[in-house]
Formats: sequence, C-alpha cells, structure tokens
Amino acid sequence: MIEVKNIVKSFEGRPVLKNISANFYEGKTNLIIGQSGSGKTVMVKNIVGLLRPDSGEIFYDGRDIIKMSKKKMKMLRQEMGMLFQGSALFDSLTVMENVLFPLNSFSKDTIIEQEKRAKFCLDRVNLSEAGHLYPSEISGGMMKRAGIARAIALNPKYLFCDEPNSGLDPKTSLVIDELISDITHEFNITTVINTHDMNSVMNIGEHIIFIKEGAKEWQGSKEEVIQTDNKPLNDFIFASDLFRKVKEAAKNSLKSHL
Amino acid sequence: MNKALHKFGEYTLLMFKTFAIPDKWNMFFKQLIREIYKLGVDSLWIVIIISVFIGTVIAVQISLNISSPLIPKFTIGYTTREIVLLEFSSSIMCLILAGKVGSNIASEIGTMRVTEQIDAMEIMGVNSANYLIMPKILGLMMFIPVLVFFSMFTGILGGVAASYVTPGMTPTSFAFGLQFYFNPFYITYSVIKSVVYAFLISSIASYYGYYVKGGALDVGKASTDAVVISSIMILLADMLLTQFMLT
Repeated sequence: MIEVKNIVKSFEGRPVLKNISANFYEGKTNLIIGQSGSGKTVMVKNIVGLLRPDSGEIFYDGRDIIKMSKKKMKMLRQEMGMLFQGSALFDSLTVMENVLFPLNSFSKDTIIEQEKRAKFCLDRVNLSEAGHLYPSEISGGMMKRAGIARAIALNPKYLFCDEPNSGLDPKTSLVIDELISDITHEFNITTVINTHDMNSVMNIGEHIIFIKEGAKEWQGSKEEVIQTDNKPLNDFIFASDLFRKVKEAAKNSLKSHL
Repeated sequence: MNKALHKFGEYTLLMFKTFAIPDKWNMFFKQLIREIYKLGVDSLWIVIIISVFIGTVIAVQISLNISSPLIPKFTIGYTTREIVLLEFSSSIMCLILAGKVGSNIASEIGTMRVTEQIDAMEIMGVNSANYLIMPKILGLMMFIPVLVFFSMFTGILGGVAASYVTPGMTPTSFAFGLQFYFNPFYITYSVIKSVVYAFLISSIASYYGYYVKGGALDVGKASTDAVVISSIMILLADMLLTQFMLT
C-alpha cells in the first residue's frame, strides 16, 4: 500500500498540490482523476519521487521515501514500474531491448533467463511478434503495451500509469485498461493510474480519487461515482449528455433493485 | 550574472552525477563503443574533406600573398604546417565538430528528456546522466586524437597537392618547408587541446540537452545554445591553453 499524507507542492509560489492525503491499495487499480491542470501528474511525480514535495510524507508499505537514503531509494525503484503518457520507449532500442533494459540493468539472472523473462512479458501483453521492431515502427497501442511489458519486467510491487489511454482509440483504450487491470490482480500490484478518461473510471476504477484545483475533492469506488451528489465530480465526470443519461439509467436501475 | 552562475552550478552538479561508477560495466562499454562510432567514426569523412580543402586553400593563399623575392618559397610549406598543426586541426576542427557533434548530442538527449525517456530511466533507478552522458564524453575524448591526426595528415596532404598545381610553388620547396624547424611538441599540444575541447563540446551539449524543458522548439533552441556556448568555450580554452603551454 502507498500512503500519501498531507503533501504540498508549489512551483514559484503557485500552489499545485494543497495538503493532499490518500491511500493506494495493494491488488487494486487506484485511479487519480481530475481536469487537465488539476495537479494529477504532479501528484504522481511526487509519489514516484521524480519531484520532492514541499511538505508531507509518502510511505511505500511503511517506508518513507522522502527521508530515504539514495541507496534505499534506488532499491525501491526496482520495485516500481511506470507506463508514461507517450510510452517513453527508448528510440534507439528495439521493443525486446526496451523490455530487456531494466533486466540488464538490475537483474542478477543470466542473459538467457533475462531473455526468457522479457519474452514472457511481451507474451503477456500480446506483443511477442513485435520484439524485433523499433518504437517508430509500431502503433500507439502497441507502444503502450510495450511500455507495460517493460514496466512489469522486474516484477514490480507498484505500477504507475500516466494517462495510459491518451491518443488511443476507444477499443484500444479498453484493451489497455483491461490489460492493466488483469496484471494488477494477477501479480497483486499496487497500481496507480492517472487519467481523465471516463471509460477507464467506469471500467477499472476500484478506488478513485478526484482532484480539483490541487485539492482532494472526493474519493470512492466506481459504484459510488454513480450515486454521489458531489457537484464538482458530477460536473467533471458527467459533462457529456451520454454520460448523464448513463448515470440516470444506472441510478434508476439501482432504485428498482432496492 | 545570477543566471550564468546558476547554470554553472547546475552544470557542475550534472558532471558530478555523470562521473559515477556505472551500475553495469558491460552496458557502459556497449554504450561507449556505440558513442565512439556515432560521434567519432561518423565524423571522420567530414574531417577529412574539410582538412584536405582547407590545407589546399591555406597553401594557395600563402603562395599568392608572398610576393617578396626576399621570402624563401619553403615558407609556404612551413607556414601551412604550422597553421595546420597548431590551430586548424585542433581548434578550428573542434569548432566545426561543435556544430556537428554538439547539436547531435543536445538534440538526442533533449528529445529523450521531452519524451520522458530520461524520466523512465530515473524511475527504474538508472542514473540517467551516468548512462547517457559519460559514454559520450569519454567516447569523444578518446576518439578525438584520431580525428586530429587524420586532420593533420590530410590537411598537409591538401597543401602538398596544391604545391603541384599552383604557380609559384614547387613540391620540393613545399616538402622542405614542411620539415623545416619541426617541433614535435606541437602535435602533443594540439592533441591535448583537442581532448579538452572534446570534453567541453560533449559536456556542454549534454548539459543543454539534459535540462531541456518544453517541446520540439525548446530542443532546437537547446541545440543552438549548446553549439554557441561550446564554441565560445573552445575559443576561451584555446587562449588559456596557448598561454599555458606555449609561452
């Protein structure tokens, strides 16, 4: 579990995160949602240690990363995997070499075992045929899958996904969402997903945190999203007619069941 | 002034981060070979072409500008050799390489920064500066003496070629001039200078690429800044090294 306690972050005096506390649970898909510019990415970057909060605490299963030594932080990083918005695959390496990169860097396994693990990861994301291709030769959806394969190569305990569906068509988005959800449950990973894709919220949102203007506005599950009266959350999630109708239908269905 | 000091501090910290013991030596050596090939071997042709032409032009220009009968003809070969060995093959060639190699390094690292590839390395626990920058700096520093030797050789060869076809110059007097009063230390001096320049080009370009913020436009700007600043630093280092080593 990852515990975030009262983190505050400002840039040049402008507060971006305002005293946010949240828990991200093991074996669950934890979603951070909010409008563009609400502070989601800054929050994830603070959690993974790419940024340092001005104040507050962040615990990874009880380990405080802010007070952690560089050596311990390096060890902890080997328990993390991250899928970036643009996949962040290394251009000069093939898909297979990208997946092998963290293994080559840290694994004590033999080359043959590392290659076996990389092949397993590529198989897991249905990308075994594309191992020899370079990132520029594959589609956006394949790049995301390759990014996931690289993120899980070292068998991480914590998986972070920054806008995993950005730039993807709805069908591919669904595939990526389901893949992340399956991997989370299969390997009992603490997964934190930063998204503003409402399909993801409804599909895989087991624990959702809604951020508005740098502050935590609401938290709950995807079932609770349907029933909540929180106006800013409703305005954000059910901004389109389609989603409003879906919400009404879902509410009516719940009432009829009761 | 404040900004310059801030940049210098940032650059120094980056160099401390860069020069660390690599996590995996086999990955480091693989990168080192790749960088030697990309930054050094790939620059060989441009070095040879420019050196041949500049060597030829230097010889022809000197020949055309020496009209006094009191100045012996071998002066053309002598002066060509001195220019090529002392300044052209090290300083001028490195100014040209600052454009080619410096922009290459800054844009490569800058693109990796804006596409979050460097963040991806950091998340994995890889020291990105050490993995990306150290092989570039060491690779260029190791290979630049080879480029300098090629430049010296082909530059002088260009001069020799000119002596066959330019009126007022003979190959014999040119060859005599090339050997006249030869100081082998000038080669050492030139190689030392080029190694310092190689460090400046690769480290400054890496710094500008590593700290890019924004998008494609900023990568382009970083690339230009890297070339401009490393060129200025080369000239400054040239002045200082010449003072220290030749006076």
